[in-house]
Amino acid sequence: MIKRRLAPFQWLLFSGGGVMAAVFLPILVVLFALAIPLGLVHPDYGYLHAIFSFWLTRLVVLGLFVLMLFHWAHRFKYTLIDGLRLAHAVETPLGVVCYGAAILGSVAVLLVVLTV
Amino acid sequence: MSAPATYRQPVSRLWWLKKPTYLLFMLRELTCVFVAWSVVFLTMFVYAIGRGEAAYRRFLDWAASPVVVVVNLVALAFLVLHTVTWFALTPKAAVVRAPRAGRRVVATKMVYVAGKVRPAATVIQVGGRVPGAAVIAAQYVGLVVVSVFIAWLVLR
Repeated sequence: MIKRRLAPFQWLLFSGGGVMAAVFLPILVVLFALAIPLGLVHPDYGYLHAIFSFWLTRLVVLGLFVLMLFHWAHRFKYTLIDGLRLAHAVETPLGVVCYGAAILGSVAVLLVVLTV
Repeated sequence: MSAPATYRQPVSRLWWLKKPTYLLFMLRELTCVFVAWSVVFLTMFVYAIGRGEAAYRRFLDWAASPVVVVVNLVALAFLVLHTVTWFALTPKAAVVRAPRAGRRVVATKMVYVAGKVRPAATVIQVGGRVPGAAVIAAQYVGLVVVSVFIAWLVLR
């Protein structure tokens, strides 16, 4: 019963996060994980701080990252179940672990976004 | 009386290595691990920015270390795989209909049918389902617009 009620929301979060990851993550990783650390581009620290402490940026970052974490939770659960051919009995505990991790991650993102 | 025994073909836990299409499916599913890693990395980036310029410089030094750079390059490859496969699946998962789709009456006339004069209309179908290729192309346009905007915002 609970599972049936949750399933549409899980799907909504999975597909919403999938869209956001597909559209936003490649450029974010190119810029912040490769170009800036490798010194290919040099945005000013004060300017970056101003961007990330702007309320709209905080809101967008929070929304994107939370959706992507729930996208991970759903897909990772079924990757393990299908990939390793796990027994049906582990589906619920595995879901609790994956969604629990996504909830904890979302709280961490919220705290970071509030204090930046 | 016992239940009839049904034979189940045993499936190896390494079934996804058996065919290239199975492997591609598994790689596609594993992209989520790199989505999660990227969220963790980017959250650390934002956290470092919030701790001041010295903390930010220390984070960039760590992020420029070879191991982290290699992990992020692998992550980027998987993220591109996610984008390509996700865009390709969208038209299969969602039917996009053209706006104002439906039937239109383009002409009416009176016809003589079975001894009576009746009105008859010529009806055409307008719009309808948007072709999958157009849905995929529109998503790539969105990707380019978002990417250019973010790059402009960060680098201007």
